[in-house]
Amino acid sequence: MTAVVPDAEQRAYVAAQAADARVNVEFESEGMTLNIGPQHPATHGTLRIVAKLDGEQVVSCEPVPGYMHRGYEKLTEVRTYPQINTLVNRLDWVGSFANEVPFILAAEKLMDVEAPPRAQHIRTILFEMSRLANIVLFLGDLGAQMGGVTAVFYGFRDREFVLNQIEAVTGGRFHPNFDRIGGIKDDLPKGWIAETKVAMQKVREFCDEVEDLLIGNEIFKMRARGVGVIPADVALSYGLSGANLRASGVDYDIRRDGGAPGLAYDKVDWKVITHVDGDCFARCWVRLQEVRESVKICEQLLDTIPAGPIMAKVPRIIKVPEGEAYAETENPLGIMGYYVASKGDLTPFRVKIRTPSFNNISVVPWVAKGVYVPDVITILASLYFILGDIDK
Amino acid sequence: MSTVATILGELTPAYWQSTLLRVLIIGILVPTGALILAIVFLFKVMAWMQSRLGPYEAGPKGLLQLVAEVGKWLQKEDLIPRGADRIVFKAAPFVILASTFVLYAAIPSGPDPAFAANVPTGVYFILAVSSLSVIGVLMAGWASSNKYALIGGIRAAGQLIAYELPMVLAAVGVVILARSLNLQDIVTAQAQFHVLGDFGIALPFIVVQLPLFVVFMAAVQAELTQAPFDMPIAESEIVAGYQIEYSGFRFLVFFLAEFATAFGFAAIVSTLFLGGWYLPIPGLADDLQSGWWYVLGPIILFTKVMIVSFIVFWVRFTYPRFREDQLQKFAWKWLIPISLAWITLTSVAVVVWQ
Repeated sequence: MTAVVPDAEQRAYVAAQAADARVNVEFESEGMTLNIGPQHPATHGTLRIVAKLDGEQVVSCEPVPGYMHRGYEKLTEVRTYPQINTLVNRLDWVGSFANEVPFILAAEKLMDVEAPPRAQHIRTILFEMSRLANIVLFLGDLGAQMGGVTAVFYGFRDREFVLNQIEAVTGGRFHPNFDRIGGIKDDLPKGWIAETKVAMQKVREFCDEVEDLLIGNEIFKMRARGVGVIPADVALSYGLSGANLRASGVDYDIRRDGGAPGLAYDKVDWKVITHVDGDCFARCWVRLQEVRESVKICEQLLDTIPAGPIMAKVPRIIKVPEGEAYAETENPLGIMGYYVASKGDLTPFRVKIRTPSFNNISVVPWVAKGVYVPDVITILASLYFILGDIDK
Repeated sequence: MSTVATILGELTPAYWQSTLLRVLIIGILVPTGALILAIVFLFKVMAWMQSRLGPYEAGPKGLLQLVAEVGKWLQKEDLIPRGADRIVFKAAPFVILASTFVLYAAIPSGPDPAFAANVPTGVYFILAVSSLSVIGVLMAGWASSNKYALIGGIRAAGQLIAYELPMVLAAVGVVILARSLNLQDIVTAQAQFHVLGDFGIALPFIVVQLPLFVVFMAAVQAELTQAPFDMPIAESEIVAGYQIEYSGFRFLVFFLAEFATAFGFAAIVSTLFLGGWYLPIPGLADDLQSGWWYVLGPIILFTKVMIVSFIVFWVRFTYPRFREDQLQKFAWKWLIPISLAWITLTSVAVVVWQ
């Protein structure tokens, strides 16, 4: 038998491969575990992200929520329906009014009442305004995450115009607690509509400003384009919703595609914004355009508020009949839904809250693999979560 | 006979006495006074750009904002982490501040070297001294025994070293034109720089060195670790990097050093590219030894420093942050080739026309 002698070419190839492998071994470092959070400015709250690093590259990372768990789902079992309203205000705390609406809609479904058209209109206006208050802050905060601090100040400054209008109606800047089963608490104050139109104009100007300062900036594009790409199928399988889903090219918006009845979206003309890229830039861009669409919705609704009562006939002490109902709306952060199970008591038997941020950050381990530490921040910022919305 | 006049007339200070005086004036009085003025000015600029309220509302005309901020920091506890290397940790901010003050020592602000040490190789000196701060940054990053601080320190080291090169190269063009490394000579050369035919006034080097001026400004921004090059202290990523464990007075020193270095570099930029303490004032333009320059020189230089630092902070508040690899690419693929090309052009031009 003759031994198989490799020819010179093959030997050279093997030697080259071996040398290459050795170099890689030499470059390999032990790695480091970096705790991003629970207290970290990029998590604006107490989200903890455990990242295993090789140099500055992320090998794997995992979000660890739960540092601010307040047990709201359990608390709802010992609160009456009006009390729960106050409670759920604290979920997504930058756009509070939007949290109340789906819960009220679910309760309305169970009680089989419908808010009068005027109440529906005002509800939708406030819903969109809380979206503005939320996303304007996002656009500003994006600046802080990406190193351009100026946008933050602009965001907080111009958000105030919206908050002032919300306060003028509801009496609460942050936590309106204004929505009621069968309608809303109060009617609009005098002169509010004209003032709100001015505020809407200010938000429009803010959008242009942010587009100049941040979204259109070359460095921002370098940082955000092609980073953190989430394809449509991954986005769907992780249950992303809101702008994160639409930025992946999925044309789905509950406001248009039939959410719970009780909001006046069918009476206005607006567009669902989508983007095909699915990267961080797309998510930020979609949100920016959504603010503009939202302003459009508000302005149309402000012009067409019908006259009439603001409350349907609802008993003074609310007892919800036995049954189960689910209502969901397109909240600033994504789809928020409440599954309310009632046994006919003053309190619900069980409430399951589907919060958008919880699903939105679940995609982080998938998308933040192999990126650099700064990109993790970009991805987190563009996914946009609110801690209260994750931890409940 | 008045004894005072006699004493003053016969006063010939020893070398150590005049040195001490210079150290006092240049090391402490000038930078501190300028700093306070400049920080107040920059607070206003910052507030105006970012719609901050403090510098316009705190106290009469918002002048008390600085007092408020400094007071806040002085109240805070001086914390040192348990695992920290205590001596290195304590020394780091002062190393950075010291490198800044040495920087001021070589910047001429008048025709006579009395205001500053007349260093024959001034450009070389300031570029060397300015990179000393990286030692302080590394010390702070390492001694804090914090992962974020370590990442910040390493990032800072990588960045500062990468941006030394374009900075030095950008200064080379000026040196070629002035035919001297002495900063005083560079100012004088700009006072006699008649390019592209005589316009009747001397022009600063920025007229023919605009690309290098831009490169130098970019490198300055990176050396200062300010946006868009603020990865070492990126507060949203690595939570202020090497400064993370510092509090109270030591953080204040970092903060002061940051501003002081900004003005130091602004002074270098004004000296190299904008004509330093010189301005073509009618009547004084040709007489560089006139006594007026002793009065006007510092004012002119200070004004130029303010303008340049305005640009520095303007850029800082406008741009978002690069990523680490993009920063290195920017240095090696853009700044260095541009400056090399312009140096070649300058050398050819100097040989052809002079």
